[in-house]
Amino acid sequence: MDVLKKVPVREQDPKERATNFEEVCLGYNDEEAKCEAERCLKCKNPQCVKGCPVAINIPEFIQKVQDGEIEEAYKIIGKSSALPAICGRVCPQESQCEGKCIRGIKGEPISIGKLERYVADWARENNIEPEKASELNGRKVAVIGSGPSGLTCAGDLAKLGYDVTIFEALHEAGGVLVYGIPEFRLPKQTVVKSEIENVKKLGVKIETNVIIGKSITIDQLLEDEGFDAVFIGSGAGLPRFMGIPGESANGVFSANEYLTRSNLMKAFDDEYDTPIVAGKKVAVVGGGNVAMDAARTALRLGAEVHVIYRRSESELPARAEEVHHAKEEGIIFDLLTNPTEILVDDNGWVKGIRCIKMELGEPDESGRRRPVEVKGSEFDIEVDTVIMSLGTSPNPLISSTTIGLDTDRRKCIVAEESTGKTSKEAVYAGGDAVTGAATVILAMEAGKAGAKGIHEYLSK
Amino acid sequence: MYKILKAEELAANIYLMDVEAPRVAKYCLPGQFVIVKMDEKGERIPLTICDYDREKGTVTIVFQTVGASTKRMADLKAGDSFRDFTGPLGMPSELVEEKNFDKVKNEKVLFVAGGVGTAPVYPQVKWLHEHGIQADVIICAKTKDLLIIEDDMRKVGNVTIATDDGSAGLKGMGTDAVKELVNNQGNKYDRCVIIGPMIMMKFTAMLTKELNIPTIVSLNPIMVDGTGMCGACRVTVGGEVKFACVDGPEFDGHKVDFDQAMKRQQMYKTEEGRAMLKLQEGDTHHGGCGQCS
Repeated sequence: MDVLKKVPVREQDPKERATNFEEVCLGYNDEEAKCEAERCLKCKNPQCVKGCPVAINIPEFIQKVQDGEIEEAYKIIGKSSALPAICGRVCPQESQCEGKCIRGIKGEPISIGKLERYVADWARENNIEPEKASELNGRKVAVIGSGPSGLTCAGDLAKLGYDVTIFEALHEAGGVLVYGIPEFRLPKQTVVKSEIENVKKLGVKIETNVIIGKSITIDQLLEDEGFDAVFIGSGAGLPRFMGIPGESANGVFSANEYLTRSNLMKAFDDEYDTPIVAGKKVAVVGGGNVAMDAARTALRLGAEVHVIYRRSESELPARAEEVHHAKEEGIIFDLLTNPTEILVDDNGWVKGIRCIKMELGEPDESGRRRPVEVKGSEFDIEVDTVIMSLGTSPNPLISSTTIGLDTDRRKCIVAEESTGKTSKEAVYAGGDAVTGAATVILAMEAGKAGAKGIHEYLSK
Repeated sequence: MYKILKAEELAANIYLMDVEAPRVAKYCLPGQFVIVKMDEKGERIPLTICDYDREKGTVTIVFQTVGASTKRMADLKAGDSFRDFTGPLGMPSELVEEKNFDKVKNEKVLFVAGGVGTAPVYPQVKWLHEHGIQADVIICAKTKDLLIIEDDMRKVGNVTIATDDGSAGLKGMGTDAVKELVNNQGNKYDRCVIIGPMIMMKFTAMLTKELNIPTIVSLNPIMVDGTGMCGACRVTVGGEVKFACVDGPEFDGHKVDFDQAMKRQQMYKTEEGRAMLKLQEGDTHHGGCGQCS
């Protein structure tokens, strides 16, 4: 075995998986996990922990994997993370824990994400349950949204003895984990549902179909329903469009709509009533993780898929692994290309997308080189479906109905990073509702901070 | 689960249900809508609220069978339950907003209700009646048998009936009835609210524009989540893109791009048609219907 290289993880064959919604990555078995764990240098000053937003004691859990004490490893992770089976699958490890791994200086870093996933899956398969608080402290906390920040905050508070109720607007708990991230990357039944069950086993109640700001407001929760504090983890749900001609044509979707139909409503499965326009030739506009998810979903529904992105490959915001998987499956990348118009037929349906070639100019405020149009380089791509994946912004439903809750110019809720404290007493917030669209693990970090803030506030 | 306390067929393929949903019933207002999902496999279906009882904690919905999910929903009986029932969604009608009341109480309002659109008109007329305002209401339908909620409406408003075939009331469409009330009877209106099929709203709003009556319409585009997340319900109003679920569902009827809205409503027509045929005919269906490829 070459200690400089990761133990390769088994995956479904690209040709085969391009036609199904089964999980792409198959994960490590016992032997592979042990081999990978043995590569860990067990650094005295572990950089990986610094790279982890929730500061999991990584060397310690890896040591337990090496020793074959998987239940112990699970408990170590559980001290810092309520959703390890999810994070092991969707965290951008290359820029976090694995990006800092000393082993990675010469050779490849430890596959920390795959080991975390292995431990969490093992715990699920062996029915290991998280430990519940020994007694309740009599204080009630409402958590708004059952996505990663809400689940984490609720789990942490329940462990401290709080009586926690999560309010979810949709009919299923999980937030972006169920409506956004596809089955082939994050299995809903086996992984997401069981992680949510674990949070419930801590004593957390989940009430679905309650839209805070419509069904009831935050002020009413505090005044009429007896909650002592509220955590807002409502995410960034509103899709952006480009504002180019033809965008309201039939066959133009936000990535949110396309993914919600497929993931939450299971439109890919004929047994379910919700329809989805599969498309024969699909253009996905954007280069983030959501764009990759939409592209790979359309591919599995039988389409030829083009990802249209205005910068070059090295600027693609999606995780390297997702881009790699998308390419393997046959997604076509039209880089340095930007749509200028959606072409529409007489019946109001998309018939093509007009694009212009781009080149990279001087760096902009984000530090990335700004794409500039190449004059006269317009060309048309014939497509019947366009999926806009240009990012999302927070839903104003909560901020506009809560008295005294400050937002910034992007409509994000203003909250302190280390505690989630907002401008309104007893109200804390975190995740995409505060930062704008980010990642699952950053939302979890904010959920943890919110739980800490609420605990401090209610312990006064 | 949300229990159905009453279920009745109002007319062919049009059903009314009272559903136990205390959180929705507590704060909902006329003009707002709910989303229902009958079971694990059903679609999320937006339905404008037809009535509510805050004390009993019930909300009344009326729907017409159009796709596979509504066809299955029609089979539900009193005692059965919806898996999901959420709301209230969207903005309440301008008429019932507190800040507008001083203006509204002196207004003469005309409602034009087309077919199943009679259901969402009812709570608005009832609300006005309860606040001492008697509105005029035109209920129109293709034929007598498709008129719904007529008796209840008569208790709260001045009702005029119009049917395409003349089997009840005036012979003609909503537009003919509006002309009758305005041009022949000489009524003057400060505001008109039109709710019904898209094509009926389009032509009736064109008429009220000619008549210079400020007009509100309630749109029922395709939706998924109903909270602003998916953007499926986008409509162009006065040249601006709006989301019907959060900005509406009521808009200025003289500014809505109806042609685009109608095209968007057709988007899943074949998909829904296919699902419905599969349901009706099961394995006996093998294409040739014009819906299947």
